[in-house]
Amino acid sequence: MKGVKRKGSLRPLIFGVLALALLLAAWESYRNWIGPWLGTEREVGKVLGFKLLPRANDLAMPSVFDMGREFGKPQVRGSSTSVFQAVAEGTFNSLKLAVAALVLGTIVGIGAAILMARFKVVQRGLMPYLVISQTIPLIALAPLTVTWGGEISFFGFEWQKWTSALVLGAFLSFFPIAVGALRGFNSPDPAALELMDSYASSWWSTWRKLRLPAAVPYLAPAMRLAGSAAVFGVVVSELSVGLTNGVGYLILSYMQEGTSRPAKVFTAVAGTIVLGLLMAAIINAVDRYLTRNRPQEELS
Amino acid sequence: MTLAVNVTAVDKVFNAGRPNQVDALTDVGLQVTAGEFISLIGPSGCGKSTLLRLIADLLQPTAGTIEVNGKSPRQARLDQDYGMAFQQAGLFEWRSVTKNIELPLELKGWDKAKRHDRALEMLELVKLPDRANAMPWQLSGGQQQRIAIARALAAHPSLLLMDEPFGALDEMTREHMQAELLRICAATQTTVVFVTHSIPEAVYLSDRVVVMSAGPGRITSIIPVGLDRSRDEGTREAKRFYDKITEVREALRGSEVGAGGRDDR
Repeated sequence: MKGVKRKGSLRPLIFGVLALALLLAAWESYRNWIGPWLGTEREVGKVLGFKLLPRANDLAMPSVFDMGREFGKPQVRGSSTSVFQAVAEGTFNSLKLAVAALVLGTIVGIGAAILMARFKVVQRGLMPYLVISQTIPLIALAPLTVTWGGEISFFGFEWQKWTSALVLGAFLSFFPIAVGALRGFNSPDPAALELMDSYASSWWSTWRKLRLPAAVPYLAPAMRLAGSAAVFGVVVSELSVGLTNGVGYLILSYMQEGTSRPAKVFTAVAGTIVLGLLMAAIINAVDRYLTRNRPQEELS
Repeated sequence: MTLAVNVTAVDKVFNAGRPNQVDALTDVGLQVTAGEFISLIGPSGCGKSTLLRLIADLLQPTAGTIEVNGKSPRQARLDQDYGMAFQQAGLFEWRSVTKNIELPLELKGWDKAKRHDRALEMLELVKLPDRANAMPWQLSGGQQQRIAIARALAAHPSLLLMDEPFGALDEMTREHMQAELLRICAATQTTVVFVTHSIPEAVYLSDRVVVMSAGPGRITSIIPVGLDRSRDEGTREAKRFYDKITEVREALRGSEVGAGGRDDR
């Protein structure tokens, strides 16, 4: 159940690049050769009478090379900012927000797990709410948080659109953390707990010296889930609340140029992919740091 | 003669009044003198581990009284009067060997330098001074168990409670660890209550062997061993050692017949 430690090998990276190259090659071959051969350039291709195969033209499936060229073009006609700069900036802004959301979600999630581990009553009472909280569609919640947040202001702090994205990212990411941390806090051997009892250790000392460190191997996979949840939450909120400086919003705005510059939106999509990868890399680094002294475990 | 442990007329019932009620211990009395080495031996379910946990205040007796160093077990636990070791060494895998030994001292609020000095002293005692910075998973099973003993003794408790501490070790390591434990206890003047399944282990280590039986758990006989305290490898081949093993085995067998003819040895 515990995480597998990867040694600093380049293999996953090589396989990742190969997988991406394969995907792009498949895209190109469909739009250039397979599509035209099947006759799907003008209309959606039919399989057994169902419309399934996408159109293989520049509007629906722009060439990978066109997407590449889009990065070098100006953001809007006559602008000095290139698409690359805009996407990089948007990705960085979203990354900052997603990391902040993950940190907030981790704090709240661990706090909830502490309460649930400490008081069984809380676990029984709180768990249903946690589960329900994860079934609320984010898209529905995002505009509401803007309305509600508009009424909140304290110590000179005013609710902003980014606050909504932060809160929603944290809202999505705290759940896997809470569940993983709770399992981790309850993972120590009964003998280890007896040992702490024999030292007359208080609940908090036992938590700090036994339950928390024992939970670290459970937190790594939870962080991975929470990381992608935070990215998803932030990107979707950007779209939903109209947070214009993030990469999520770029998708929306580039989409409007779908007929004039169909390849442009894919630059923003690439930005979100990079965003997810950067998040995963950050979490991997944190994981490696936290488990640096742990025994290495093999997949079984 | 001071008593380290005084158990009087203790009963322990689990799940009282429910269909799954278990009479773990019935009318158990045991006096352990300071500096003595006592083994509890008996078949599974005879309550020997339960008795150990009652002394440790990890369980409460249903009836009867227990005193540890003249105090209630609870007070003795709060004062860290005893150290404990289990079948699994139970070292914390995220802590170095030294930090594992320091654990009880941290909980007592000792300062860093004092803790470290004591940990090194304990490492000398268990003869692993060169593994101070090793992580637990880098040690062999026997070494891990030695660190667990060092941890149990770190706060210099007067009493050591051990629940089959060598049960998971191979025979060679086990005999070596037994000799080491005797040496350590002699050096530190520690009283030991030792739970075991092994008759030779009980005889080799103990001043007295407490034979228990199951259903309900009780003490059936207490056998003084009377081997020379400076025992060595030769002791394991002495006639008196074999005589005592036979005596304990017969006591166990008798108690099992009395308990309904169960024979799981």
